[in-house]
Amino acid sequence: MAFDILAELPKLLWLVIAVAAFLAVFGVLLLAVDGGPRTRYDWWQAACFLAPAGILLLTGLVYPVIRTTVLSFHGPGGDTWVGWGNYVWMFTRPEILLVLRNTFLWVIFAPILATATGLVYSVLVDRSRYESIAKSLLFMPMAISFVGASIIWKFVYAFRPANADQIGLLNQLLVWAGGEPRQWLLEGPLNTLLLIVVLIWIQAGFAMVILSAAIKAIPAEIVEAARIDGVNGWQQFWRITLPSIWPTVTVVLITISVQTLKIFDIVRTMTGGQFGTSVIANEMYSQAFRYGQLGHGSALAVFMFLLVIPLVLIQIRNARRTREAQSL
Amino acid sequence: MVRPIRPSHGAVVTATSLSLALLATGCDYLSGTGGTSAGRDGAGCEPFAEWADVEGGTVDIYASIRDEEGERMQRAWHDFAECTGINIRYEGSGEFEAQVQVKVDGGNAPDIAFFPQPGLLSRFVESGDALPLPDSVAKRAQEGYPEDWLQYVEHDGKLYGTPLGANVKSFVWYSPGFFEKNGYEIPQTWDDLITLSDTMADDGVKPWCAGIESGEATGWPVTDWLENVMLREHGPEVYDQWIDHEIPFDDPKVTQALDRVGDILRNPDYVNGGHGGVKSIATTSSQVGGLPILDEKCGMYLMGSFYAAQWPEGTEIAEDGDVFAFNLPTIDEEIGTPVLGGGEFAAAFSDRPEVVAVQEYLATADYANNRAQEGAWFSAHKDLDLDALDNPNDRFAAELLRDPDTVFRWDGGDYMPAAVGSGTFWRAMTNWINGSDTEDVLSYVEQSWPKS
Amino acid sequence: MILSPPRTGPDPAPGRAATARPSAAARVRRKLSGTGASAAAIIIAVLWTLPTAGLLISSFRPEDQIKTTGWWTFFSDPTLTLRNYEEVLFGGTSTRQLASYFVNSFVIALPTMVFVVGIAALTAYALAWMNFPGRDWIFIGVFALQIVPLQMSLVPLLSLFSDGLTIGTTQVLPAWDLRGAFQFTRVWVAHTIFGLPLGIFLMHNFIVQLPKSLIEAARADGAGHGVIFRRIVLPLIVPALVSLSILQFLWGWNDLLVALIFAGGSVEVAPLTVRLAEMAGTRGEEWQRLTAGAFVSMVVPLIVFFSLQRYFVRGLLAGSTKG
Repeated sequence: MAFDILAELPKLLWLVIAVAAFLAVFGVLLLAVDGGPRTRYDWWQAACFLAPAGILLLTGLVYPVIRTTVLSFHGPGGDTWVGWGNYVWMFTRPEILLVLRNTFLWVIFAPILATATGLVYSVLVDRSRYESIAKSLLFMPMAISFVGASIIWKFVYAFRPANADQIGLLNQLLVWAGGEPRQWLLEGPLNTLLLIVVLIWIQAGFAMVILSAAIKAIPAEIVEAARIDGVNGWQQFWRITLPSIWPTVTVVLITISVQTLKIFDIVRTMTGGQFGTSVIANEMYSQAFRYGQLGHGSALAVFMFLLVIPLVLIQIRNARRTREAQSL
Repeated sequence: MVRPIRPSHGAVVTATSLSLALLATGCDYLSGTGGTSAGRDGAGCEPFAEWADVEGGTVDIYASIRDEEGERMQRAWHDFAECTGINIRYEGSGEFEAQVQVKVDGGNAPDIAFFPQPGLLSRFVESGDALPLPDSVAKRAQEGYPEDWLQYVEHDGKLYGTPLGANVKSFVWYSPGFFEKNGYEIPQTWDDLITLSDTMADDGVKPWCAGIESGEATGWPVTDWLENVMLREHGPEVYDQWIDHEIPFDDPKVTQALDRVGDILRNPDYVNGGHGGVKSIATTSSQVGGLPILDEKCGMYLMGSFYAAQWPEGTEIAEDGDVFAFNLPTIDEEIGTPVLGGGEFAAAFSDRPEVVAVQEYLATADYANNRAQEGAWFSAHKDLDLDALDNPNDRFAAELLRDPDTVFRWDGGDYMPAAVGSGTFWRAMTNWINGSDTEDVLSYVEQSWPKS
Repeated sequence: MILSPPRTGPDPAPGRAATARPSAAARVRRKLSGTGASAAAIIIAVLWTLPTAGLLISSFRPEDQIKTTGWWTFFSDPTLTLRNYEEVLFGGTSTRQLASYFVNSFVIALPTMVFVVGIAALTAYALAWMNFPGRDWIFIGVFALQIVPLQMSLVPLLSLFSDGLTIGTTQVLPAWDLRGAFQFTRVWVAHTIFGLPLGIFLMHNFIVQLPKSLIEAARADGAGHGVIFRRIVLPLIVPALVSLSILQFLWGWNDLLVALIFAGGSVEVAPLTVRLAEMAGTRGEEWQRLTAGAFVSMVVPLIVFFSLQRYFVRGLLAGSTKG
């Protein structure tokens, strides 16, 4: 059966109708909002503007969080109360402890290395002739899906026995250097680190763009003063550049950390969580949906949620500090 | 005073009904439900006369079967759907095991699902989501399929699924030409098998190849090895106790069996022809694991009958062809050679008349024969026309299943709770291939067995 | 209060305002001896580009070569073929061809983009410029929702779609029994929900930076919020709208999990990523299809990225540095 454009038409038509309907409702809402009386507080107007997002977020995110928390105290089918049982299970099963360890490896390495790469690179290419092209190269992986990126890297790590030609770049480099080809994805914890490389590869561009902008925003007077004092490049980096952009560095670290905690696609596509590479998000999907252990899965999800909360608090505090500093 | 021009009453009605009609057709067009759904009568529809009363409708079927296999299946029931006017919407997904749970939990259960794992099906039986077979379907299932098969979907005296396709997982693939050239003989006992392996190793060929990589299911081919040896070494009764968890998963008998598997799979002299050393087993895809047989880089590959589909185009599968398979030999004379296998069961989540009609049809010999004609398929149905099977290996397997003396057992991993059968069992076997201690991995699985 | 009130005066875009000044980093680079620095930069750039380049080259090589030799041998033995793309796009049976999945990806990503950007702008405006108690807490709440792992929401949302919503015994929302093209609606709603927290956060950061005097003057003239939003705010935040659109489009295009649950694997609605994940899982050794397939899925994001790079970068900036 060949590709049939006619079969695709209903989809496109429904797309157009849906978008048009949305825009129409949007327009009506904007007209309607000014119809009400003006009071000290904008109650009525705020209700109109917040309603769409409010309804969606309450049903789609807030309610599920509550439900999952309740389920995490229940058994596999979600009907028997087991108290802390699922949490005890989580911290006593060796394979789950391994999952937790892996998640910590991810959260430690991915944000730091991605940020460091982005920082170094943005310092290096800053003001160079090919700055925009150079930045594009590093930034390109961000436009690729996690699944696509995983395929790219699975290919890099591919293994062929020593007596055959290698098709994976990493093993070929090893062979050229006189080594034996290895099965990279097999041995822990190296395999987890190699999966982390994929995320670093994706997120370094993000870090670079933001840090590069922050570097350019360092006030000229400071730079000038340092130049007059005759500090060298290294000193300038450590004493001036880094302290000036430190708040931004923290923000980048935390943003990538949040992404990292939720990592799912890379592990799933590259190893399926095998060879001791599973992480919380992947494990919870398997427990809840594949093994029918809804309680176990929910407990993992709640734990993941708890892990992220301190990061968000730091980010909020960080944002407030930045704001205070700026408004002085 | 000029009166505003008002459209007449009749015009309003016409306009309204016209736009309503337009809206209705538009919806039909977008949802793809337009057109008539009346059944076709006449030529070619005689076999489906008994379902003539069914008034069309749509039946959603969800399964793990995809690609080519999925297409063939849909062709097999095409005439039935056409004649009865039932619109069968089929969806195959590689994420079936997880998705079917999500769909059922989310209140979006398919009408019929094909379960390769009786264990997964029993989860839905216990939760009350899967429905017992209606009498008309159960009767057909009992007439068509042996008790060895139906026992896996029987709960409290009621059947919950009809068997569909079948496969045999006790097969050792080999190259008849390679065997003949070197004077190797098909081994009849386990000792023969080991002797043959030694001979090959001495001749400078790795006797075995293996590949167990399969995404998150990595490790499953080793579970087949262990189950086969359990069946042959300790017999079907012990095997049943083991998969029912009446004896611990790490019983000394299991340790003994896994060590026997280890004599082959963890023996660097025996594996892994064409792929590397012992550890290459873990990263070699199960789909390409046996291909070195064609290059004479390895001698044998234990893999289910479904491996027939993996050989490159043009490979002749026959007793005197490029590749063929023999049944993994006997370990204990008294036990003989039980057959390990698997397949799918069709289970229903709703009981609308059109759903029952589809269930009835899937249980018939007519469907089995239709499907077999599309190729690369067989089932345990008693009335399956064996001559219609397109490759000698499938015929061999189907004959084996039909033989009244054959003791058949379902793949235990598919019968155990999913947390074990599709989780820790696979992981444990993968770790074991990578060098973990036999007793450690078995007790790891034992501990993970759900408590309830 | 936290994250608000807005500062007055336009915020200098970091890149722009700084162009005239000597930059600290430029001096660091110069002092770090030019060649060493360039060499390091080139090495990083090569490392970051090589994997993609390898994939691209591989996707044009014949199957037997992909499977037996590395893509770097292409340079000594160049053989090009379009067969992989033909096979992946139009070949085989209907469930295998990527072309339909390609259309599906579009149909999923485009409306989601419009919905998220529209609703996010509206919400962000309310949170930035409307006067009502508790708005900062609402904003913090929305921000925190970014971190909800979406796996937690899958089952509740799905049951909402298929069973409707019943409070007590009253059916508040009917079940959505959707067929054919209508099935996309569920994916859109799910994507919109998951995209909103980040979207609102980004838009808020843009909108809150608008000059306060502008809004106040309009209020004094008696303009309502609807008019202010339409006439004053919307034209000013066009760059922000564009960048959020791009982000959201890429996100919808690249998503796997939401599509997996709400679209399923059928060729009617499933996007490219679902198909690719299956090819990677079940056809681990079919590199010729994987490489071509992966590249097909990357083409659109890459085009979007290269053509709109400027806005894209700006969108990211708003999210992180101005929080």
